[in-house]
Amino acid sequence: MIWDNNFAVSIFPILLQGLWVTVQITLLGTLLAAVLGLVFAVLRRLAIPVLSQVVSFLVVFVRGTPLLVQAYVAFFVLPAYGVSFNALTTGIVVIGVNYSAYMAEVYRSGIQGVPKGQWEAATALSLPGVRTWGRIILPQAIRTVVPMLGNYLIQMFKDSAVLSAITVVELMATAQAIGSSSFRYIEPLTLAALLFLAVSYPASRLVNRLERRYAPQH
Amino acid sequence: MDAVIQYAPLLWQGLLTTILVTVMGGALCLVVAFTAGLARLSRHRILRWPAGIFIEVFRGTSLLVQMFWLFFALPFFGIQLHPLTAAVLALGLNEGAYAAEVVRGAIASRAKGQTEACIALGMDPALRLRRIIIPQSIPAMLPPFGNVMVDLLKNTSLVSLVTVADLTFSAQMIRSTTGQTTAIFITILVMYFALSYLLTLLTSWLERRFALDRKALTLQRKENALMKVGAA
Amino acid sequence: MRPSTEPQAVVTGAPVTTEPIIRFQNVSKNWGTNQVLKNLNFEVAPGEKVSIIGPSGSGKTTILRILMTLETPSEGKVIVGGDTLWDVALGQKVRETKQLRETRRKIGMVFQQFNLFPHMTALENIIEAPIHVLGMNKAEARERAAELLNLVGLGKHMNHTPPQMSGGQQQRVAIARALAMRPKVLLFDEPTSALDPELIGEVLSVIRNLAHTTDMTMLMVTHEMRFAEEISDRVVMFDNGAAVESGPPAQIFKDPQQERTRNFLRAVLQH
Repeated sequence: MIWDNNFAVSIFPILLQGLWVTVQITLLGTLLAAVLGLVFAVLRRLAIPVLSQVVSFLVVFVRGTPLLVQAYVAFFVLPAYGVSFNALTTGIVVIGVNYSAYMAEVYRSGIQGVPKGQWEAATALSLPGVRTWGRIILPQAIRTVVPMLGNYLIQMFKDSAVLSAITVVELMATAQAIGSSSFRYIEPLTLAALLFLAVSYPASRLVNRLERRYAPQH
Repeated sequence: MDAVIQYAPLLWQGLLTTILVTVMGGALCLVVAFTAGLARLSRHRILRWPAGIFIEVFRGTSLLVQMFWLFFALPFFGIQLHPLTAAVLALGLNEGAYAAEVVRGAIASRAKGQTEACIALGMDPALRLRRIIIPQSIPAMLPPFGNVMVDLLKNTSLVSLVTVADLTFSAQMIRSTTGQTTAIFITILVMYFALSYLLTLLTSWLERRFALDRKALTLQRKENALMKVGAA
Repeated sequence: MRPSTEPQAVVTGAPVTTEPIIRFQNVSKNWGTNQVLKNLNFEVAPGEKVSIIGPSGSGKTTILRILMTLETPSEGKVIVGGDTLWDVALGQKVRETKQLRETRRKIGMVFQQFNLFPHMTALENIIEAPIHVLGMNKAEARERAAELLNLVGLGKHMNHTPPQMSGGQQQRVAIARALAMRPKVLLFDEPTSALDPELIGEVLSVIRNLAHTTDMTMLMVTHEMRFAEEISDRVVMFDNGAAVESGPPAQIFKDPQQERTRNFLRAVLQH
């Protein structure tokens, strides 16, 4: 027998626990990425000398390097400088920072998509900068950005498997641990794949629907 | 930094492997993208459905899971792949599934009038696709293809987890022997970044090369040059 | 008095002496509950130049699109040059047959939006189908393409791509491209509707030239009434999915018999 059903059933609860960790990483990571990405996008747009350039370079650099290597840096390098969390926290921070670079780009296009007339109207009304950003520009920019955030959330859900390499015990690491201790890889790896699919497929369908609903109005 | 210098040959080997995996994975990705993307557009259900399932499964699960499955689970079916083969296969199929959607999207969004003009000229579907629809869609495909290729390059780092001695694998080895973590990781981050940047440059060069009216511009330049020669 | 627009009415104009090259027999086209063509019977003689006029949404373009096999009739039979192009029973699922592909070779089409291939030069646009569909050798195809480009007055533009040409030039290349396939029937679907007013003349003069110098059958949907009057052997007025009236241009434009034709002509000729 290639596929052992009893074995598959017996490991399913442990895999579900792994899935739950993966979901937590994804939700917290997305939250971090959404906030950081917004900060980066606004900093770039404000064109503050040096700072804006540094932010721009960081965003491009993070997008140009592998998540796995970034995770290794956070896991192996940072503790040498006294910065150290547990693996799970490190994982969430790494994947959050990684995706913030992508989300900064999404926000940027959202901000660019707000018609120039909106800025001009805000100036004509002598609205202060914070008010202009907070009440006029960002609400319009973020509306068009929502579906893209959804896409990145799903992408992060799948990418978080990479964090198993720095000992975060999420779905992938759980499957791998079962495999190496029982010498049976088919059941845990296939079930892990199916669990990923079971979450990401309906989710991407949902985002597709959102995409149509939040289609830009202008 | 001395660890980096001392182990430079190992890093060089790793770099070559990373490039090799990228090139092979990229080639497979393109083949998969056009096969699955075109099948997805087929009028025949027998082609459309399997392509759809393939695309959804490979986009819906993690690349790492796919790679591990090919490496660890496949042997139970009596198929033992070389680590490099498993790695390239997983990368090519996974990124190919994403790129298939690029192909499908670019072709589906072609103006309907182009197909109608082909029918009016008596061109059969295969000729239409080969001579008109695909060449026209290439410029629209290039920028997203560029993104897929950069993704693929970055994801080659995962092959280190199935024992392929790429750049990341070499760095890990040097780290565990020398303990010089910072220098070695900064070095490979910069190397990956340089490779990504090169891929971006390549993509924008191709975009210029395949721009729709580029051909006419060169022809005209030739014409103008001839006229100048004639006038002189 | 309602004019005779009962579905069974066969529209005849100029007496058809020879076997018609195009024959529509009881052809209908439905879009959901909307009937675009209502049991149409319509014939065109070989070499005849026919203009189809009428308000938009009257089904004129559908006739051309069914002939070019860009659209499937819901019901009815279409015969071209003695061969059956369509023979559809209501509710029947239609497949593309070899017979259909061969029959449609006799027909060429010039589109409202030109539909030139934007990644190819004017010359390449013209030689593409002769080489790859007819199997013509490249030198011969190029020679013929150059002739055709001269014919439409664009001999100097053979290496230009569509984005580099004006709409009028593009449409003239499109006409040359259709001619390169030596069709027996050439369809024009509002060939000047997408053009700026100052570019219409150059395209019309190419079509006029063709009408006067070739024995090709030409079927044109147009809003250019004066032009239709000038070049047509016969003008057919369409309204509401049916041919209302058909006859020589002098009769249709000077002395229309049907109220709907009069109303339509009054509306379009007013300005």
